[in-house]
Amino acid sequence: MTLKKTWRPRPRGAAAILRVAAPYLYVLPAVALLASLLVIPISTVIGYSFLQGAVTVRNAPFAGIDNYVAVLSDPRFTASLGNTAIFVALSVAAHLLLGLAFASLLNTRLVGALPLAIFRAIYLLPWVFTVAVVAVLWRLLFDPAGVVNYLLSFLGADAVAWLGDSATALGAVTFINIWSGYPFFMVSLLAGLQTIPGELHEAARVDGAHALQRFWHVTIPHLRPVIVSMSLLDAIWTSQQFALIWITTGGGPGNATELLSTYTYRLAFSQYQFSQASASAVIVLVISMLLAFFYVRHLRREAR
Amino acid sequence: MKGRILERLAIWLGLIAGALFAGLPIAWMVSSSLKTNSEIFASPPRLIPEDFTWDAYAAILGNPENLRFFFNSIVVGVAVTLLTLLVATLAAYAFSRFEFRFRSTINMVIVSVQAVPPITLLIPFFGLVVTFGLYNSYLGLILTYLVFTMPYAIVMMISYFSALPRELDEAVKVDGGTSWTALWRVLVPVALPGLTSVAIYTFLQSWNEYLFALTLTQTNDMRTIPVGIQLLMGQNTYQWNQIMAMSVLGSIPVLVIFIFLQRYFLSGLTAGSVKS
Repeated sequence: MTLKKTWRPRPRGAAAILRVAAPYLYVLPAVALLASLLVIPISTVIGYSFLQGAVTVRNAPFAGIDNYVAVLSDPRFTASLGNTAIFVALSVAAHLLLGLAFASLLNTRLVGALPLAIFRAIYLLPWVFTVAVVAVLWRLLFDPAGVVNYLLSFLGADAVAWLGDSATALGAVTFINIWSGYPFFMVSLLAGLQTIPGELHEAARVDGAHALQRFWHVTIPHLRPVIVSMSLLDAIWTSQQFALIWITTGGGPGNATELLSTYTYRLAFSQYQFSQASASAVIVLVISMLLAFFYVRHLRREAR
Repeated sequence: MKGRILERLAIWLGLIAGALFAGLPIAWMVSSSLKTNSEIFASPPRLIPEDFTWDAYAAILGNPENLRFFFNSIVVGVAVTLLTLLVATLAAYAFSRFEFRFRSTINMVIVSVQAVPPITLLIPFFGLVVTFGLYNSYLGLILTYLVFTMPYAIVMMISYFSALPRELDEAVKVDGGTSWTALWRVLVPVALPGLTSVAIYTFLQSWNEYLFALTLTQTNDMRTIPVGIQLLMGQNTYQWNQIMAMSVLGSIPVLVIFIFLQRYFLSGLTAGSVKS
């Protein structure tokens, strides 16, 4: 019926209503999708975390905070929290340093534009490949009989089962994550470097500042907003990494590389402890939201 | 002058060291995919295969199950991309051209939604997908992926639309057109480069997704490429040349986009960090 009406000259009132309603109609599909696929699931998982035997038991009884107590007192959870902190801190720091180093190299005027374009494309490559590919590739490279050990043997090192030894596994998966993630920083920092006016460096040079001082007092302050927002984004995403760990080590050996994400996944889909897994998932959500809070606050300050 | 030459030498050394760090592992992947499986762990290892062979590729492409992984990834990727573009364009249009109630609240929610951890949504999604009979189906995966692609797409499209002058849509309205015609006749064609970036980014997100593909599908005929690559490790334990061949093949769409559409590829990558 409403469709037919639009064929006739529209009454003034309806046209006016449509004009007022237009923006709401435009956002409606997005809001409806995000509400049903986000608000409902998040309320559901919070609800599950307060039940006993959610998903598996019909009419699961209320459990209060039992699931949270169980998760927080589980040594495997504490270990995964520590591992995640190490994994995130090392990854973000190394992403930043490598990204800055590569961006500075690419920002040189001493090398022609074509070689630089080729180098830039090569530097971006690790970021292009999907996590599953990166994970299986490094399983091959880190194999005890693999090429990493072969190269290290020239330095007199003994063969190491990088991903299979609990002493090296967390370092190895962190290294893989660093290798595959630094281009994200590199691209943005390079864009930032190229917007620094040449006069700034020139002025500092005239004032007698040497290269390192110029880098520290001119380049870094200029890049600071980008560095802060990238680091926070990277921390959010790295703390949620799952595929890399699951395919390379599965969280093992023991709980050497167990992260919050793999811990939660294992509780839910290997042990069918959906209630405890939900409690753990809510804790992960709270951590992410804290980081997101800092990120949004940073964006708002920059916007001002 | 001498200092200049030394500086240039240092930079070249740095550039080459960086290229080895980034490129050698990938060269190794390609090289391993062209070896016989017995040569994979040959000592000393050789970057150029001794018995150069396409056998691993023939084995992968000769197995219909693997081709099915590609088909599934393409179906899901295309559907997610089209739906995301449509819904995100409409929403971004509202944000960039209209003032309305709850505008900033909704915008805030969309930005922070990007930080919601996938693992948190996995358990309720699993429950919902099973309840609605979408377990092990394309629709289940497509709906799931929209949650992750939509917020970013909206944020990017807002920045593209906001950069376009308002005179463009005013002209349409003066000619008696509605905001709807202004969007589709004028803004969308002009914002095509932006839409391309969003489309690429969205498609790649879907192509690369692993956690939900692993959990929400069950049978091998519904698996996507990332899960397929991992399945290969379980099946024929350590046919490394085939695993590497599958990895190369599964990366081809991404590489094609990267090589030929690098500008769009990078603007998708950086939009979230620099422009905001």
